[in-house]
Amino acid sequence: MSLAEAVLEGNRLALSRLLTHIENDTADGRAALEKLFSQTGRAHLIGVTGAPGTGKSSLVNQLAMSYRKPPDGESPRRVGVVAVDPSSPFTGGAILGDRVRMRDLAGDSGVFIRSMASRGSLGGLASTTSSMVQALDAAGYEIILIETVGAGQAEVDIARLAHTTIVVEAPGLGDEIQAIKAGILEIADILVVNKADRPGVENTERALRNMLQLSHPVQRVFHHHGRMLPTTEPGKLEDEPSMWHTPVLRTVSTEGIGITAVKAEIARHFQYLQESGDWQRRERDRLESELNDLLQAALLSRWRDSITSERYLRVVSSLVERQINPWRALDLLMNGDQQ
Amino acid sequence: MVERKIRVLIAKPGLDGHDRGAKVVARSLRDAGMEVIYTGLRQTPEMIADAALQEDVDAVGLSILSGAHMALVPRVLELLESNQQQHVRVFIGGIIPDEDVPHLRDMGVVGVYGPGTLTDQIISDIRQSVSGAAVT
Repeated sequence: MSLAEAVLEGNRLALSRLLTHIENDTADGRAALEKLFSQTGRAHLIGVTGAPGTGKSSLVNQLAMSYRKPPDGESPRRVGVVAVDPSSPFTGGAILGDRVRMRDLAGDSGVFIRSMASRGSLGGLASTTSSMVQALDAAGYEIILIETVGAGQAEVDIARLAHTTIVVEAPGLGDEIQAIKAGILEIADILVVNKADRPGVENTERALRNMLQLSHPVQRVFHHHGRMLPTTEPGKLEDEPSMWHTPVLRTVSTEGIGITAVKAEIARHFQYLQESGDWQRRERDRLESELNDLLQAALLSRWRDSITSERYLRVVSSLVERQINPWRALDLLMNGDQQ
Repeated sequence: MVERKIRVLIAKPGLDGHDRGAKVVARSLRDAGMEVIYTGLRQTPEMIADAALQEDVDAVGLSILSGAHMALVPRVLELLESNQQQHVRVFIGGIIPDEDVPHLRDMGVVGVYGPGTLTDQIISDIRQSVSGAAVT
């Protein structure tokens, strides 16, 4: 039986092996993903991001538990978790510690948790995270929670991957100016003020609400490597009643307080995505940007093959000796201009 | 194809609450370029085997200072085997009496490390035992 077939049959070891193949970008991994791709696109992908120490893992743990043991009348959902932690820039090693907060989920066969290291990627995810998520999606996990590395202000890749992005804040991390800067807060579909039992929670919540009032809802436009990829004309949508208004919710995730409300907003956002057509739009943006990334990597490696390393090193030394500037160096390397 | 990283699960089974040693080992493996999944205190053998399965690790390091190693270690090995993860290398750190070491090795434990062990030793042992067992 092939790896892909075993994954579709629900074999957890096969899924785990496949995730390793994907992470290491092997030929087997690519072949299995190709077979599985038609089975993807069914899961609701929920991103959880925020600064280190705001309680992302605890929130993921509580959300997963609540999807597994929902209140009366709802059926439990199968939950996949992908938790990303940073790789050391010097040794490439990593400590992946998100499972420490997810011990409540141990022993449940309806949950699959995978930790991964960012392996040099800077956007808060690893370059293979979206493929790992595809594998979990194909394996039948209906809710996939993606926890980013502890993010600063600009780690916004998650907004491109997830259908619903939750940004987790905690009291005492910054003032109102932080809240009106561009970046991570803008990508929130749901804002959570975690550790709401701590002093200063009112200030944090007020700053976030003020920030949201200043912003008028606009259609999301994704930047791709600095280039804007407009999805629709922005001006037209401002007054549309169906625009999503980002809610601000308080939680104490270590004690499970406020989790039901977060889950309710996730469900409401899901419905909004379906009704507004945003779901399809986001799927399109995501797949297109994934293709762009692959294209970029492929072009880069094709270019690398096209020049000799002596020539490359010669240009780099001229650059270091300041005989030429970086733009001139680029010209030399790209246009095959032999000196 | 990127370079294959060694993935190691570091876990503390049983009820003692001293995880300094586990953290020191985790940190040195990280500095040696490995990806270390740290699961924290008071793990049952079932939790450890379940995590090893989901994370597809190459090795599992158990830190045991409670004296319960002769009960905990065989159970972890048994569960790994029933999950078809016989290839996962298991090593132990902590307070392990000398007379137990041969028994543990017979069960299939690849290394037993007491106080004073150099972390370089652990790193090179893991590298060696894992390279012989790589399945990918």
